[in-house]
Amino acid sequence: MTETLTHRNMTRRQLLARSAAASAAFVIGPGFFAASNAAWAMEVAHLKPQTLATLVQMARDIYPHDRIPDEHYVVAVKGYDTAEKAAMVEAGVAALDAAAQGKGHAGYLAIGWERERVDLLRGMEDSAFFQAVRGGLVTGLYNQKAVWPLFGYEGESYSLGGYIDRGFDDINWL
Amino acid sequence: MAAPFDLNDDSVVVVIGTGAGGGVLANELAQKGVSVVALEAGGRYLPEDYINDEWESFGQLAWLDPRSTSGDWRVAKDFSGLPAWIVKAVGGTTTHWAGASLRFQPHEFKTRTTYGNVQGANLLDWPIDLAEMEPWYEKAEEKLGVTRTGGREGLPGNNNFKVLEAGARQLGYKEVHTGRMAINSAERDDRYACQQTGFCFQGCKWGAKWSAAYTDIPRGEATGNLEVRERAHVLRIEHDAAGKVTGVLYADKDGSQHLQKARVVCVAGNSIESPRLLLNSASNLFPDGLANSSGQVGRNYMRHMTGSVYAVFDKPVRMWRGTTMAGIVQDEARHDPSRGFVGGYELETLSLGLPFMAAFLDPGAWGREFTTALDSYENMAGLWIVGEDMPQETNRITLNHDIKDQYGLPAPNVHFTDHPNDIAMRNHAYKQGIAIYEAVGATRTFPTPPYPSTHNLGTNRMSENPRDGVVNRWGRAHDVPNLYVSDGSQFTTGAAENPTLTIVALAIRQADHIASEMSRGVL
Repeated sequence: MTETLTHRNMTRRQLLARSAAASAAFVIGPGFFAASNAAWAMEVAHLKPQTLATLVQMARDIYPHDRIPDEHYVVAVKGYDTAEKAAMVEAGVAALDAAAQGKGHAGYLAIGWERERVDLLRGMEDSAFFQAVRGGLVTGLYNQKAVWPLFGYEGESYSLGGYIDRGFDDINWL
Repeated sequence: MAAPFDLNDDSVVVVIGTGAGGGVLANELAQKGVSVVALEAGGRYLPEDYINDEWESFGQLAWLDPRSTSGDWRVAKDFSGLPAWIVKAVGGTTTHWAGASLRFQPHEFKTRTTYGNVQGANLLDWPIDLAEMEPWYEKAEEKLGVTRTGGREGLPGNNNFKVLEAGARQLGYKEVHTGRMAINSAERDDRYACQQTGFCFQGCKWGAKWSAAYTDIPRGEATGNLEVRERAHVLRIEHDAAGKVTGVLYADKDGSQHLQKARVVCVAGNSIESPRLLLNSASNLFPDGLANSSGQVGRNYMRHMTGSVYAVFDKPVRMWRGTTMAGIVQDEARHDPSRGFVGGYELETLSLGLPFMAAFLDPGAWGREFTTALDSYENMAGLWIVGEDMPQETNRITLNHDIKDQYGLPAPNVHFTDHPNDIAMRNHAYKQGIAIYEAVGATRTFPTPPYPSTHNLGTNRMSENPRDGVVNRWGRAHDVPNLYVSDGSQFTTGAAENPTLTIVALAIRQADHIASEMSRGVL
């Protein structure tokens, strides 16, 4: 239990630091909304909490990386929590839930298997909503420096003197 | 008279653009005592300004003015507003280029003769040949400090090269090495040796890679004969009633317009902007655009037959470490129609950082097929395919009157569709690239589609006969005696090799010609 709380708090701190830098509208408060697995938490300003949770699941289903924790997907989609974009996102998520209900589920988040959620996404992949979310994730997710180490990517190297003394030719299995 | 020059000084040569063509030409003329005003649309960025971060650097350097696309190429679907990945800065795309510096092969100057009549291709022999170009190539290699020429050592091979080399040897390829690169393998010319930093495309922070931004440009300026006006975007070239050009109209950084008078005008804005400028300079005397009596301005747009092959292995490669493109297989560069296509291609090491890999590996793709590829990013090796594409009259730059740039001028539309020869060559190259990696144990391979164009060529082609092209053997417009084209748009055909060395060699040669014509009093 202690471990869970610690993990949760660290995640929130990281999230806070990142969000504060990126967007004033994104605030961690005492009444935060937590995802079902409680790995991340945020307060939404313009979207329904359930909408944001659905958006995060959708982001993970579009670009699933099992070793990337939810917090990075949250950062990637938090830009949709604005007065300007809320209506488009609410409508898109409502359509996604309606499609899920058409398959006999309570909503998108209620679908247990990724394969079934992906089938629904495939059915709407030409929609402006899907393409906006997918396109935004290409930079929103993969351009987060915090995820790079999870892929082994080392980023900036000039300040470390390049790789001339740090393994540019260290391959040993050929 | 020394720089800076007056707007009404009509004794100056105006060079439009400061990249491999314009930057070199401006310096070479200045060294000969010719007064030059170089107008550069972009700002000035030097090694201390470059950023080891793909998207941030892209935002700093890329040419992002409005452009549109059409045709069957996939770039038109995936990157409809970004047909080309080129630079808007002093030094032009020499900040971004990878440094691969290869001479053309003899037959590549004579493709109509060598390849014959390829249906749908607008093949034409260059009015010059390799023998004539050899001394200029030598000067260009000396200027750029190209490795494996002039007694200069090759660069050491990085991890990505070692994988390529091992696979290529398995296949029996012989011409495999770390390339002829305009990147110092030892300190030279007041520039560092390569520190294996990666990020060659983002501007070399060591200055180990040759770029006009910190070599030719400041050296030209140091003569007192060259004035570079940055953030000066040329809108139009003006001419007199006799059809000679008299100056250029440009907008400065505040949008104010100025007319710089000129004795000679040299256009070097890359193969999209150069023809666009000529088309936007249409007048009563030149109703179809300046220097366009042949109708060839903007046509025969070439972008090289390109593509990439990435491969995943069961162990780490870390391909991003070290010089990005110091690795080449040249065995397929020959002309050998038995492979099912004319012309040839080079295979060169390439890596992208994770952010660009996500954007370019398979644009638009999603789901686990895509993300499991990225999950193996650390274990990836990669190569780039660069081969000769067929010039086609219908692949062209036109003015898109529905889209205006920040100055109210029609934006360029870039129309491109692969020729069947391009497709056959790409498929062959994908097959060979995959075989190279499978020979050393690749568990998965990715035949990756072309990126937005980095090699933009041919839209003001050089021709012996004025009916067939825009400029003559010196890059001088057939229709306008004091107008020159000084960039890759003068290429008659594209060859298999990365174009910068040839652009630089032509610019050095052109400077010699212009200075000589001026001193003879005929220009």
